[in-house]
Amino acid sequence: MIQTLAFYLFAGLVIASAVMVIMSRNPVHSVLWLILAFFNAAGLMVLVGAEFIAMLLVIVYVGAVAVLFLFVVMMLDIDFAAMRAGFIKNFPLGIAVALILLAELILGLGAYNAGGLELATADGSAAQGVDQSNIEAIGVLLYGRYIFLFEVAGIILLVAMIGAIVLTFQPPKPGARGRQDIGKQIARRPHEATVMKNPETGQGVEL
Amino acid sequence: MTEFFQNLGMSYEWAWTAATLVGIITISLLVMFSVAMVIYVDRKVLGAIMMRRGPNVVGPFGLLQSFADGLKVFLQETIIPSAANKGIFLLAPIITFTVALAAWAVIPFDEGVLVSDINLGLLYILAISSLGVYGVVMSGWASNSKYPFFSAMRAAAQMISYEVSIGFILVCVVLWSKSFNMTEIVLAQQGHGLGFVNGFFFNPLLFPIFVVFFICALAETARAPFDLTEAESELVAGYQTEYSSMSFALFWLGEYANILLMCSLCTLLFMGGWLPPVEWAPLYYVPGIVWFLLKTFFFFFLFSWIWATVPRYRYDQLMRLGWKVFLPMSLIFVALISGYLMATGHFS
Repeated sequence: MIQTLAFYLFAGLVIASAVMVIMSRNPVHSVLWLILAFFNAAGLMVLVGAEFIAMLLVIVYVGAVAVLFLFVVMMLDIDFAAMRAGFIKNFPLGIAVALILLAELILGLGAYNAGGLELATADGSAAQGVDQSNIEAIGVLLYGRYIFLFEVAGIILLVAMIGAIVLTFQPPKPGARGRQDIGKQIARRPHEATVMKNPETGQGVEL
Repeated sequence: MTEFFQNLGMSYEWAWTAATLVGIITISLLVMFSVAMVIYVDRKVLGAIMMRRGPNVVGPFGLLQSFADGLKVFLQETIIPSAANKGIFLLAPIITFTVALAAWAVIPFDEGVLVSDINLGLLYILAISSLGVYGVVMSGWASNSKYPFFSAMRAAAQMISYEVSIGFILVCVVLWSKSFNMTEIVLAQQGHGLGFVNGFFFNPLLFPIFVVFFICALAETARAPFDLTEAESELVAGYQTEYSSMSFALFWLGEYANILLMCSLCTLLFMGGWLPPVEWAPLYYVPGIVWFLLKTFFFFFLFSWIWATVPRYRYDQLMRLGWKVFLPMSLIFVALISGYLMATGHFS
């Protein structure tokens, strides 16, 4: 009873906020609706028993990715009229993406109805998924069966990160003030930086 | 609690819901009450360090000062700037406050004294505390004013940077205790040091991690010396500048509830939670919640002590500390600790 209620609450909110993401006029509102959609999707995942994925969704998407989204959208000065014009231009592309997603959903549903994926460990024996906790099951799969895919994904991310750094890196200009050396600053003693002077009355100080 | 409601004739589901609701309300009220007391303690400690009296007028020793302040802001008018984005402006303090309270659901005050003993308690806390940044960012943007916006930008960058190191530190603790469950993490610390000292604090491999965690906790809650989001000398009052009365008070309460949460996390993860400091039978006659509160308030005292002592960081120094010092250090410790645990056969 309560589970059904919670399911319809989360599912309804996901759909409603997803609609609001594209309907709202202010891009910042759009991002905030998107965050609400993420959060409710995490709620749905808790309901099907995938609490680890749910927590990761909140930590990674809501806690980090969406914050950066919000960060960028808030800083940008967006021209709304130009965005509306782009809406008509990009409409066919949007339809194409929607159709692909729909086809994938139908395919996935069909595959699920035809019988779930048979999970097996590296040595060919059937996986024991029932008595394992969420994290253990994912860990065994990720670091056992899919270890190469996992490492490839990691290397792709690393390359992307290095690429971003190379693109934005600016070597210090010649003649610019040098970098701070914290150790050097801390090691400096008072007598190296200050001088005690005791000037006579009416006379200035020469440094 | 669930049995009590079942005896009243409810089905299991509804009895569970009612029991959880009662638990939530109790914990929220308790946290609010301790926030009020802790604000008083904070001001008294600050007063003592600055050689003045601190609050001493309302009630005996000024004990009722926080409640008087609460009543005062409650009776004031909520001012909404005309240029503000009204909905988000009002939503921001509510989010800060709710998120600060929600994380307490998995904090065990004593063995079994908690709202929800979920398996992924630690991840839940990380997830909820990563939401805290939204209150600040939304308030800064919705105020439609220069300084709150700067403050929001700072907060977003600062909180994300330090969350990364906190994540790695939690990995170390989880590796050692083999669980994400808060209760099991505390129980794993029983007799951890030399067989009779409770707490990961006394582990030479985990102690440096604890120090980093404590500093990250200061930065995560935007406490001095990392209170750049509300640096008075640069940003008026940061993201709270445009807020008044209850909307301001919600920020204030949320902030202190977050600080208390971080103190209790230090207690649970490194100081053995509700366990007495050492394994000695007479100490177990003291109720666990007393030990828990004592340790938590000790960490809170450290927070106020640091506030009164240390000058504010510069923003670039803050970023340097987070990304270039703490992140590599916590990464190295993850490798070091997992290597040590594998070598000693901790997982077999």
